[in-house]
Amino acid sequence: MAKRLTVSASPHMRSADTTTGIMLDVIIALVPALVMSAVYFGSRALVLTAVTVASCVLSEFVCRKVMKRDNTLGDLSAIVTGIILAFNLPATLPLWMAAIGGIIAIVVVKQMFGGIGQNFVNPAMTARIILMVSFPTAMAKWIVTGQNAWSVDAVTSATPMAQLASAKGGDLSLVEDLPSIAEMLLGKHGGSMGEVCSIALICGGFYLLLRKVISPVIPFFFIGTVAVFMFFAGGGNIEFVIYQLLGGGLMLGAFFMATDYATSPITKKGKIIFAIGCGLITSVIRIFGSLPEGVSFSIILMNILVPHIENFTLSKPFGFVKEKKAKKEVKA
Amino acid sequence: MSKKTPGVLTAVRKGRGGVKVTHHKNTAEMAIERMPVPQKVVLPMQQHIGVPCTPIVKVGDTVAVGQKIGDSDKFISAPIHASISGTVTAVGDVKLANGIITKGVTIESDGEMRLYEGIKPPVVTNKAELCAAVRESGLVGLGGAGFPAHVKLNIPDDKDIDTLIINAAECEPYITVDYRECIENAENILKGVEILKDILGFKQVIIAIEDNKPKVFEIMKEIADRDNDKDDAIKLMTLRSRYPQGAEKMMVLSATGRKVPPGKLPSDIGCVVMNVTSTAFIARYIETGKPLVSRSITVDGGAIAEPKNIRVPIGTNIQDIIDFCGGFKSEPRKLIFGGPMMGLAICGTDAPICKQNNAILAFDESKDLVKKERACIRCGRCVDVCPMSLTPTLIERYSRTKDAEKLKAINVTTCMECGSCAFACPSGRPLVQYIRLAKQVLREESGK
Repeated sequence: MAKRLTVSASPHMRSADTTTGIMLDVIIALVPALVMSAVYFGSRALVLTAVTVASCVLSEFVCRKVMKRDNTLGDLSAIVTGIILAFNLPATLPLWMAAIGGIIAIVVVKQMFGGIGQNFVNPAMTARIILMVSFPTAMAKWIVTGQNAWSVDAVTSATPMAQLASAKGGDLSLVEDLPSIAEMLLGKHGGSMGEVCSIALICGGFYLLLRKVISPVIPFFFIGTVAVFMFFAGGGNIEFVIYQLLGGGLMLGAFFMATDYATSPITKKGKIIFAIGCGLITSVIRIFGSLPEGVSFSIILMNILVPHIENFTLSKPFGFVKEKKAKKEVKA
Repeated sequence: MSKKTPGVLTAVRKGRGGVKVTHHKNTAEMAIERMPVPQKVVLPMQQHIGVPCTPIVKVGDTVAVGQKIGDSDKFISAPIHASISGTVTAVGDVKLANGIITKGVTIESDGEMRLYEGIKPPVVTNKAELCAAVRESGLVGLGGAGFPAHVKLNIPDDKDIDTLIINAAECEPYITVDYRECIENAENILKGVEILKDILGFKQVIIAIEDNKPKVFEIMKEIADRDNDKDDAIKLMTLRSRYPQGAEKMMVLSATGRKVPPGKLPSDIGCVVMNVTSTAFIARYIETGKPLVSRSITVDGGAIAEPKNIRVPIGTNIQDIIDFCGGFKSEPRKLIFGGPMMGLAICGTDAPICKQNNAILAFDESKDLVKKERACIRCGRCVDVCPMSLTPTLIERYSRTKDAEKLKAINVTTCMECGSCAFACPSGRPLVQYIRLAKQVLREESGK
C-alpha cells in the first residue's frame, strides 16, 4: 500500500490556468507594441524596456529577500510591470530615471502593500506619475518618430493630445500639422514609447480577450465613455472622436492598465462603474484640464475607489429574490 | 415546459457560472460487473445524513442478506441491512474512510448469500405507505449526498408540489454509474417514475440528462414512448454539460426556471429532485422487497489497473474492490471517494464502501493535479464561475481573519462546495477549504 497519500480538500482537479500563464499571455500581448516602438524609436526603446524590466525584477527579488518572504519572480508579474512602465515613458528618458521608476513601482507601490494582488493602485501608472512630477522636462520630451532616440539633438514635437487641446469645439481645422488617422493608427506621432501604435495595442488587447485573460467589460466601457463624451464635446465631429480615441494612452490604458486584476473591481457591475469612471475622468481632464492627457490620472483615481465600488456591487446569492418575490405575489 | 408534443425538451434556463471540466468518462461503455462475495463486510451505522443507527444484532448472530441490523427511532435516519449472509463477528467502533469513528457491524461471510426470509414486497398505495416502505428499504440519495430518501419524499401536505425532476446529469468527471443505470435499467427507472408520479401526484416529471450522453436519450425515449404515459407528463430534457449541472439547485433552475432561495429546499418552490439510480431502486424495492444491500460504483483513475463499473455489497472493503480491479498499476498518491470535484480524499484503503459512495478514484502523481499555490491576484475567476453568485475570494479573506459578521453578510452558507472556484483559480488557492473553515467559524459563532 502507498505510504504517502495526499489528503486535501476537494476539488481534486484543477483548471489549466495559472498565474504565470496569465502573465505570460500579457507579455505576449505587449510584444507587437514593443516591436513597433523599436521600429519608431530605434534600439533605445528596447534598451529602455530592458532597464525597466531589470529594475522591476531586481527590486522584487531584493524586496522579497529583505522582507523575508518567498521569491515571487516565477509569477512573471514584475516583468509585466516593467514592460508597461517602459511603454509609459518617452523613448528619450535617461535610463537612470527609468530605473528609479521600476524601483518605485515594485518597492513602494507593490511590495510595501503586500505584493502581487495587494497593491491598491497600478504600480506602473503610479511610477509614471511620480516620474512626471519629479522630472517634468525629461518626461515630456516627445521626439518625432523615425529618429534615433539615442541622439541628443533629435527633433521633438507636440503629441496629438497637446495639439487637440487647441481644437476648440472639435474643430480640427484649427490644429496645425495633425497626423492623419492612418498615422494615428500606426503610431507615426509623438507620444510615450509604447502608446503610439494603437493598432498593435488593439491587437494585443484582442489577444487577451481571446485568451479570456481580460473581460471585454472594462475596455468597452472605458473607450465607449470617452467616445460618447468626445462626440458631444466635439459637437458631433466623428473625426475628432477618432483622434481622441487613438491619441494618448487610451488604448494602452483601457486594455492593459485599467484591466489590471489587483486594481479593478472583481464584480461585473463594479467593472462597468469603474470603466465609466475612468472614461469620464479621462475626458474631463482632456477637455477641461490643463494637462493634455488624463488616462493615467483617471485610472489611479478610480483604482483608489475600487474597494468601495466592490462593496456596493457585491452580487446577491443565487435565488435571493426577496423584494421581487413579494411583488410577484401581489400581482398574482 | 408548455410543449405538448412528446420529445426531448431543452433546458428552460441556463445556470450562471460553472466550469468546463474534462469528462474522463472512461468507463462509460463498461457494463456493471458483479463483484464476487467478499470474505467480510463492515457495515457502519452512519451511512446517511442524520442520526446514526443503533445495532440490533450481537456478536455470534447469524444474519441473511437484507436482514435489518441497525435502526433508529429518529425521523432523519435510514436503517442498515446485512449485505451478505453469515455471522456477526464484531459490533463496535469502526473507522470510516473520512476518519470518522462510528459504531459498525462486521459480518463474516458464509459464502451463500442467503436471502433473508422476512423479505416481501411492500404494499404501497398512498404517500404514507410509500414513505414507510422507502424508509424500510434503507434508501439514501445514491448520487452522493446520502440524504435519507423517505425524508425527501415525505413532503408536507401544505406544500404545493408539481414537478418531479429525475437527476441523471452525472456532471462529475469519471463517474459513470448513473449512466450505466440509464442504459441497463431504463425500464426500472421509468417504473420508479410512474410510482412516484402516481402516488405523490406530480403534474410533470422531467428526466434531465446532460447532452454528452446521447445514447441514454435513445434508450430512455424509446421506453418512455412505448409506455402508457397518456397525459404525456413524463419528459426527457437535455442539459448543457457544464459542471455543476447536477447540483440540485442548478438542476431545478435548468429544468423549471425556478430558483431555490438560500436556505430553502426545492420542495419550497414545488419541485422534488431524485437521483436516477435511487428512482430505479424504488421500483425494484416495491417489486421485490429487497432492501439496499449493494450498489454500483465506478472504479477509475490513473493508478487503477483495470477501471470498471462494479456492483458491490455495501460494506465491502475498498482494498478488496481495488484488488478486484487488478490492483494499483502505479503507486497511488490520491484516493478519492466520489468524483474529483466534490469527492473526499481518503487516507487509506482499509475502509468500507457506504451507501452514498458512487466511485473510488485513485490517481498517481502525474494525474494528481495540484497547482502551485500563489497569492490571490484578484482575477475574479472564482466570482465568474460561482453558480451561487458568491465571492469566494472574499470568503477566503474573511475566513482567515475569522470575521463571522462579514462571513454572514456575504452568505457563505449558500455555498454548496461544488469546487468550481478552486478549480478555476489560477493561483491554486484552496478556496473550498477556506469556505469550510468559514462555515465552521459561523457554527462556532452561533454555538456561543
